[in-house]
Amino acid sequence: MSNDPIHQFHINPISPPIHFGAIDATFTNASLFMVAGVAVASGFMAWAMRPQALVPGRAQSVAEITYGFVHGMVRDAAGDEGVKRFFPFVFTVFMFVFAANMIGMFPYWFAPTGQIIITASMALMVFATVLIVGFAKNGFKFLKLFVPSGVPWYILWFVVIIEIISFFSRPLSHAIRLWANVFAGHLLLKVIASFVPMMAAAGGMLVLGSVIPLFMTVAIYALEFLVAFLQAYVFAMLTCIYLNDALHPGH
Amino acid sequence: MDFASAKLIGAGIACIGMGGAGIGVGIIFGNFLQGALRNPTEAPKQFGNLIFGFAVTEALGIFSLAIALILLFAAPH
Repeated sequence: MSNDPIHQFHINPISPPIHFGAIDATFTNASLFMVAGVAVASGFMAWAMRPQALVPGRAQSVAEITYGFVHGMVRDAAGDEGVKRFFPFVFTVFMFVFAANMIGMFPYWFAPTGQIIITASMALMVFATVLIVGFAKNGFKFLKLFVPSGVPWYILWFVVIIEIISFFSRPLSHAIRLWANVFAGHLLLKVIASFVPMMAAAGGMLVLGSVIPLFMTVAIYALEFLVAFLQAYVFAMLTCIYLNDALHPGH
Repeated sequence: MDFASAKLIGAGIACIGMGGAGIGVGIIFGNFLQGALRNPTEAPKQFGNLIFGFAVTEALGIFSLAIALILLFAAPH
């Protein structure tokens, strides 16, 4: 199939096979674009902050606004202690996801966040951090997270079960939300774009009608830029909310 | 029923889930407008919450769209 929309997510090795024991560490197009995401995010911040002017120029303003934006987000969700402990982590996650989403928006480029293994690794990293920090900081008081106060005893056992299930389904929904948005968005673009040649080839009045999917493609492309930012924001925001539970369990 | 038609029917059924997300997004924006018209000065402060709720709700519709697209294009023939 010439216009197979799923083809854009195929992983192709671009280096000779590299194996460490059972681990396949071959450098693929996914690795290449992840490296590009890290390079763009850290390179932009380093380059924009280079003048360190008291009155910032344009690039430095953008860097400072980004910093302030994430800083405010962490402070609102996790308090000042959250800023002290987790701000660098959340900022890194936000910048990486945002850069990876934006790089994926270029035609014919690869979207790293459209691979569920990448979003799942990040979500599991957050989940493990919450568990480790939660138990290290609070000891067994961390388990109060599952026991909300002010609930009558005859319904408490049921609430505890629900809280435990919701806690363990967090990394799942965290990973799938970002992956599904990028994946479905890119597929949708490709599917609707493929309507244009299909209608144009059909002949007759449909040739004129092929303008409609063309405009739709442009509109969805614009929406995808919004989604690229929004999902990076939501991913970082949920990271803050989950990390807050590690610092302040039992609310 | 052969496999190919079962796949297409499954993709159609998966799309029903998007209706739920549509209802949810409508409730979010409708209630935001209601609140915003009652107290316009406080409304811009809640814009972040609005977008957050929208994105979280919208994602559920995207889940079912992803399932439908996987059934259409990524499932084995």
